[in-house]
Amino acid sequence: MIASLQDVEVDYPRGRALGPFSLAIGAGEIVALVGPSGCGKSTAMRLLAGLEAPSRGAVARTPGRGETAVVFQAPTLAPWLSARANAALPLELAGVSSAEAAGRADRALARVGLSGAEAARPAQLSGGMAMRVSLARALVTEPKLLLLDEPFAALDEITRRALADDVLNLWAAARPAIVFVTHNVEEAVYMASRVVVMTRGPGRTTGEVAVAGPLPRPPGFRTTEAFRAQVEAVSGLLAQGMAA
Amino acid sequence: MSRIARALAPFVLIALLLAAWEIACRALAVPVYFLPPPSAVAKALAADWPGLLQAAWNTLSMALTALLVASLIAQALALFVGLSPILERAVRPLAVVLQVTPVVAIAPLVLIWAGLDHPGRAIVGLAAVVAFFPIFSGAVTGLKAADPDLERLFDLYGASRLQRLTRLRLPSAVPYLLEGHKVAAGLAVIGAVVAEFVAGSGGAQGLAWRILEAGNRLQTARMFAALVVLGLMGAVLHAGLEIAEKAGLRWWRGR
Repeated sequence: MIASLQDVEVDYPRGRALGPFSLAIGAGEIVALVGPSGCGKSTAMRLLAGLEAPSRGAVARTPGRGETAVVFQAPTLAPWLSARANAALPLELAGVSSAEAAGRADRALARVGLSGAEAARPAQLSGGMAMRVSLARALVTEPKLLLLDEPFAALDEITRRALADDVLNLWAAARPAIVFVTHNVEEAVYMASRVVVMTRGPGRTTGEVAVAGPLPRPPGFRTTEAFRAQVEAVSGLLAQGMAA
Repeated sequence: MSRIARALAPFVLIALLLAAWEIACRALAVPVYFLPPPSAVAKALAADWPGLLQAAWNTLSMALTALLVASLIAQALALFVGLSPILERAVRPLAVVLQVTPVVAIAPLVLIWAGLDHPGRAIVGLAAVVAFFPIFSGAVTGLKAADPDLERLFDLYGASRLQRLTRLRLPSAVPYLLEGHKVAAGLAVIGAVVAEFVAGSGGAQGLAWRILEAGNRLQTARMFAALVVLGLMGAVLHAGLEIAEKAGLRWWRGR
């Protein structure tokens, strides 16, 4: 077990944001959180990251400092830093020497396909490239838990699909546990080994769908009967959660 | 063609206005002490040129010294205040009072404090007061302007307060500081000129003193000549600051 939420509830001044909600993430698992806007998905992510404490309930996390990484919806890069310096930031904050941090950042950038763009500033990168830098920054510490909060929402469909495959290939290399939030049911089924569907906010679990099939996905996976059936199952749960 | 027309448009307008002014002065036989024609102003400019340049440099150097003083104090204070919301709440009303008090009203006090023999110090002090607020305000806003998700990332990786300040908050504040300095530099010149008027003595030898001196002698053409130099100086300073801000932003975000 890498992280778990046990009957957590989160209250904000404007009302309940999440829960009661439970979720357990196993080592090397890829879990998709799907739910309507405002259901508390991002709040659940912040709990898993240890960035926030629940009002009630228990959060258990095994990763130490630097072993959890987050990728946000926007690339969230520092405009004044090069791609290399952005990717090296978590290491620099941990006190790793500049030379070693730069070397590891360059390798992380190479893994996301950005060799040659190390010196570029975020303003010189396309949306997809900036997202890859963000991914490299998350991977540079070799995290045990990788949290992706709607990471591809701002990208076009072709770039989304390419990045989805890239994330799965990167996962296959080190097998961190991944939790990602998405509005896109097909993306959830394509990328996850397990899809957790949430109700309208404050979110609870409507149900789960375990996705069969090899990870990373073979070519043509999106056109298989099994894929279609699982997308239908998740969509059904989502509709049920909206009505609840 | 249209680019040339656009570049020339302001000069054509100025030429037309000057021509109308000249013709009106001659046709209506306006007394020269009341409104000199542009030709008389041009003659005064030609005659006073070296003195006016020296006076402009005096005013500009006082304004730039004031800008430097204001910049150092405002940024140091903003850094101090940025460390605690309580401090910011405590300081902000005072800063606002300082900003909304007309510089003319506090000038006599500052003249006394600076010593009547040192009008230069008083002028620098007053111009610094005027230039303080935009820099302070920009710095305080800029220090809080970091991307909240980047702040979360710094939380996640357990950044120290110093790391957060030097690697996130200060760099995030750069565009706000550039803007603040641009506004402050323009205000410092206005502050210096106003303070020179209030000081009213020749001790500082700036452009405002030139205007006062010529006015006292009813040499209206020389007043206009000094005004022309003041306007040109302001325009050049503004253009320089625009270029500096753009260059600063380009350096900051790499393009």
